Amino acid sequence: MSESSNPLELVRKLLSVIYTVLGLIVFAGLILIYAVYIEPYENSDVVTETEIVKPDVDGLVEGEGREVVATNCTVCHSAKLITQNRATREGWQNMIRWMQETQNLWQLGDNEVVILDYLEKYYAPEAKGRRQALKNIEWYELED
Amino acid sequence: MNQRRKFLKNASLATIAAALGTELAFAESMPFGYMPVAFQEQDPYKLFSKEPEMVLLNDRPWNMEAQAHLLDDEITPASKMFIRCNGKIPADIDESSWTLTVAGESVSQEKTYTLQELKTKFKKHSYQLTLECAGNGRSEFDPPAKGNQWTIGAVSCANWSGLRLKDLLDDVGIEDNAVYIGYYGKDTHLSGDPNKDPISRGVPIEKAMLEETLIAYEMNGEPIPLAHGYPLRLVAGGYPASASGKWIDKIVVRDQVHDGTKMTGQAYRVPCDPVAPGAEVSNDDMCIIESMPVKSIITYPKSGAIIKEGRELEIRGHAWAGELSVQSVEYSIDFGSTWQSCSLKEASNRLAWQHFSTQIKFPRTGYYEVWARAKDQNGKQQPMILPGWNPKGYLNNACHRIAIKVV
Ligand code: HEC
Repeated sequence: MSESSNPLELVRKLLSVIYTVLGLIVFAGLILIYAVYIEPYENSDVVTETEIVKPDVDGLVEGEGREVVATNCTVCHSAKLITQNRATREGWQNMIRWMQETQNLWQLGDNEVVILDYLEKYYAPEAKGRRQALKNIEWYELED
Repeated sequence: MNQRRKFLKNASLATIAAALGTELAFAESMPFGYMPVAFQEQDPYKLFSKEPEMVLLNDRPWNMEAQAHLLDDEITPASKMFIRCNGKIPADIDESSWTLTVAGESVSQEKTYTLQELKTKFKKHSYQLTLECAGNGRSEFDPPAKGNQWTIGAVSCANWSGLRLKDLLDDVGIEDNAVYIGYYGKDTHLSGDPNKDPISRGVPIEKAMLEETLIAYEMNGEPIPLAHGYPLRLVAGGYPASASGKWIDKIVVRDQVHDGTKMTGQAYRVPCDPVAPGAEVSNDDMCIIESMPVKSIITYPKSGAIIKEGRELEIRGHAWAGELSVQSVEYSIDFGSTWQSCSLKEASNRLAWQHFSTQIKFPRTGYYEVWARAKDQNGKQQPMILPGWNPKGYLNNACHRIAIKVV
């Protein structure tokens, strides 16, 4: 009996040593993965697609005419509606006319030129083509 | 938004969980119909119980969209449903005094119902209904189109319950000359002008009489969330979501095409005949959008997945086709050179989106894009590039793409 239990005991001891070592290796691996992939990702300032497409969504770009625009154009809606949009001078003027005819926007008088100058300069369209490449992809390891 | 993202990124998991816990507790303890006075200024993620990954397009008026991977659920939960507001959300909603009036040239006589009557007098029906903003995908148009720059997430399919509009109109009694119905809601115009409607759209009478067109008072088995039309919403799935009026207190049955705000001019209309990109189109040449076109989104995995060589990738998502059903969904991993079919489920009811899935084997390591393309019952497919340009940037149903790296 005691003869046969001895080798079993040895195997058990050996296994527990192997398990401990394996466990340590896995643990170290996990820490490494965390350090290499997750940690820098969490702390880096990854900007998302929408933030790139719409820079500074919370406010209007610094520039001449900004105050006039802010005063006249953020009464009914936030500036986000302006900063999301891009148009030519004519396009901006059409939007203003549409708001004057249908949305209670007042006559802007001399300010209109100031506003259009500003919008034309800072919120002009950029050519995008018929389909853009996928941009600002946030790469990540897909778990099984 | 920016601040919020940074906060979430830097916070430990425990902090996030704690923060979320507080948010949920706050939202749940907020009684329906109760609204803090200055609610228009509050954090929309808390106020509307939205997922932190939802993207805020505008805070005045409220406009928020999902990202494709957030829409993975078969039935969209409220926390992942896009918000489109044309005006200010009504304040001080009192469910007990809420009424719905049915009026217009083509009703036998005007009639008003209390909410309680609508709930008890008529049979309750439930349908999963796809609601997509007509401007979903607007951000891709070139030259740029005016309005909120939606990307891909202004679509949802929730389970809506209420009475059939048809049952209501039968109860009121409508004339043979009825052509259109229109809705009015209690939201208010951004300028503060009480005599101006932010929006008052509608649908042709044939659409109004369909079984799935509901006057809904529940969404996913709960009272409709505030941002989505509490306590009463017209739900006309398959049409631009703007046809599904929120906070409604009046339905008009018209003997002409409804001419309420945003039914006329260029709103929710596209050129009757196709035009070149950037063309000026006169109002007379613009036609009302009815059924939305065939479209699909890949909701799993999230774009940007890195997988090991040899591993099969499961993809899944939803496909819908406005008033029609979807007959097939295909995918391509070689930029549209070859297409393979996905398995596609039947819709749980008409106008519900359908779920597709498949397993993909990539031939070798490298950068891939998975493109999905659905085909409607009449054989129309999604285009791979942008569809016809239109001044307001509606109906972009170009195929959805996700990026995958095989290493
Ligand atoms: C009297 C109220 C009011 C003022 C002031 C106002 N707007 Fe608007 N504007 C509106 C309304 C209402 C909408 C439609 C909002 C919606 O549908 O979400 C709108 C929409 C817009 C849009 C989107 C256009 C579209 O077709 O949807 C832009 C861009 C815009 N406004 C820019 C401006 C600029 C620039 C100014 C300053 C010259 C301005 N707004 C001032 C009421 C106003």
